[in-house]
Formats: sequence, C-alpha cells, structure tokens
Amino acid sequence: MQDSNNHVTRMSSHPIRDQAASTLLSELVAHLREHRTDLRQEWAQRITKARLLTAMSEDEVFTEATAVYDQYVEALETGTFEALQAYARNLSERIIPRGVETDEVVGIVLLLRDVLARSLFAKYQHDFAKLNRILDAYEPAANRIANTVAVGFVQERERIIREQQEAIRELSTPVLQVRERLLILPIVGAIDPQRARQLTEQLLHGIRATRGKVVVMDLTGVPTVDSSIANHLVQTVEATRLLGATVIVTGLSPSIAQILVNIGVDLGKMNTVGDLQGGIEQAERLLGYKVVQITLQDETRPG
Amino acid sequence: MAWPSVPILKEGDVLIASIQSALTDLDLVGLRDALVTQVSTYRTRGVIVDVTALDVVDSFASRTLRDLAHMIRLRGARTVIVGIQPDVAFAMVQLGLTLEDIPTALDLEEGLAYLGAR
Repeated sequence: MQDSNNHVTRMSSHPIRDQAASTLLSELVAHLREHRTDLRQEWAQRITKARLLTAMSEDEVFTEATAVYDQYVEALETGTFEALQAYARNLSERIIPRGVETDEVVGIVLLLRDVLARSLFAKYQHDFAKLNRILDAYEPAANRIANTVAVGFVQERERIIREQQEAIRELSTPVLQVRERLLILPIVGAIDPQRARQLTEQLLHGIRATRGKVVVMDLTGVPTVDSSIANHLVQTVEATRLLGATVIVTGLSPSIAQILVNIGVDLGKMNTVGDLQGGIEQAERLLGYKVVQITLQDETRPG
Repeated sequence: MAWPSVPILKEGDVLIASIQSALTDLDLVGLRDALVTQVSTYRTRGVIVDVTALDVVDSFASRTLRDLAHMIRLRGARTVIVGIQPDVAFAMVQLGLTLEDIPTALDLEEGLAYLGAR
C-alpha cells in the first residue's frame, strides 16, 4: 500500500520538478548571458593564471574561451550536447598538434564550471534555498558538459594515435622495388605476430602489384625470433612461391638459424644468402641482369 | 557427359584452362580428366591452369591440381598453375597445401613465358 502510494507521489512529482528545474535553468542561462563579458574575462584570466594552455597565445585562449563559453551556455539551455561535442572534437583537432594535454583541457572546463558556480554563489548568497535549487539544476548539466568535452578530446586523441600507429606499422615493413621485378623487404627490429601478419600481407600484395619475381628478404636487423614467427616466415616464403615468385633470405642471425633448424625447415625450399649484397647479386643473376662497372677516367678528366 | 564448366583454349602448343568461377569437386575432377585427355590430342607441350578467379583453394582442390600436374607430366607435358591470389596463397600454406613440386607463376603471361623459356 505504501509502495503504491510512493509510486503515485513520485509519478506526479516528476513533471512539476522538471518544470521547476527548467524554470531555474532558464533563469540561470539568462544570468550567464547577462554576465557573459565578465565571466568570460574571468575564466580566461583563471586559465592564464593556472598556466593552462601555455601552447596558445592569450588572444587565442580568449577566442576559444568565448566560443566554448557560448557553446557551454547553449548546451545548458537546450540540454543537447551534439553541437558541443562536435565543437569539442573540432577544437581538439586544432589544439592536439600544438601539444595541448588532456589535463589542460579537463582543467579549463572544470575552471569554467567553478567560475560559473562562484558567480551563482555571489548572486544567490542571500537566498540559500534558492541557491541550492539552482545548483541542483546547474551541477548535473555542468558535469555532463565537462564530461562531454573531456571525452571528446580523449577520443580525438585516440583517433590520432590509432592513425599514427597504422602509419608506423605500414612503414615498418616496406616492400621496395629496386629493379624491374626485383623487390627487397628489409626488416629491422623485433617481429611480433601482428607485424609478421602485416609483413606477409604487404609482401604478397606487393608482389602482385609490382609483378615481382624475386624478393630479397633481409633479416640483418632482426636479432632473434620465436619459433611461431620463424614458422610464419617460412610459410610466407612458401606462399610467395605459390604466387610464382622466389624469395632469397639474407642476413640470418645465428639465433634465427638455430630456430629454423630446430623447427625442421626443409632447406631445399629456403634460398638463403649471407648478406644483403650477396642476396641482391643472386637475385640479379636469377633475373638475368649483369652489373658492369664502367670506367669513368675519360669523363672525369678536367677540361 | 556434361559440358565442361571450364573452357580449355589452345594457344600454339599450350593448353590454357581458365577457371572463371568457384568450382565444385566434380567440376575439378572433370577439368582434370579433360586436360589429361586433351594433352595428347594436340601434341601439347605445356598446360596452364589459371586460378585467378578462385577465392578458396581447399585440400581437395589442391590435391586435384597436384594429381593433374603429375598425370600431365607422365603424359609428356608440363603444367604451370598461375594467378593464385595473395590471401589464397597464405591460407593454402597454413593448411599445409604448398603444391611443392608444381611450377607456379604470377599470371597467364608469366606462365606462357615460363613454358616458352624451356
């Protein structure tokens, strides 16, 4: 009985409370609009004083502060965060390359929240009950705004980091054409499973794209690999043969050689040469190239 | 006997079987028999099987291709498999299907060059 009673009260109190809250919010928004210049000024000063956004000039900080302030008030008024979110992402895109850190962005949004809260304290200091109600309306919205901006910034940063990782990964296994139908694949540094997969993919597609016939895979820069990676490399060599190309492996370290022997590689299938130079020379022989040194004596003689 | 689903073309003394779409096991066996039969008809020196259109080469297909190559060798000609896609190649190797003693080439042009060179 009491339960249902409670239920009824709660149900009926909702619209009233919402209405009261929205009245308070619009009063709040009116206040923030009225004091826009002072509050914005104070916020910008607090930002400078707290040594946030040091990568930006004072004018820039003020311009951005103005835009954020207006977006902030609008988000408070409308209760929708899409515009603010889009703005936060756009802002992040502009300031991340200049080295602005996450703590700075979170810091400035929290500062704005504080500046506005202070102004509310000052305005309603004589009416404590009303101040409480205003803060009830203000705090959740303000926190959500802070959240939105911070999350937008972090997401943008993560996106940039993902892009960079992708770029680094692609650069880490370049397939280079040194002559018609001759590719080299220099590998430097440790090979993890993901890099191994990518290496295979880039090599096989590179062979198809450039119509490669001989590939020199240079492992001089790889100190050691574990047996699963070694196995993967052997499989890559076999897959390359299925495409009609030949792999010459060069620069195998003693440790890799030992692992390849341990996993029982069929040496008939592996074409290995000591160093990169030897590998390229053999590849040229396979392709029918002959490199001849020309005598420059006549051409370099002065006059 | 059903009409073979893979057209076999004669180019000089080379037979070219160009697979156009995914094949059933039965189609593959049909292709194998047709090629092995036709090798002697035209005094063929080489056979090229173009698998560019295949997205999957399973163990049956790979064994049939190997048998085909061996049978054609016994009949006095050579076989080249051309056009294996990069992803298919790696998947095959992972399944242990490496077509060990069968010549392979990048595409039809390379396959013809391979047969012409020897």
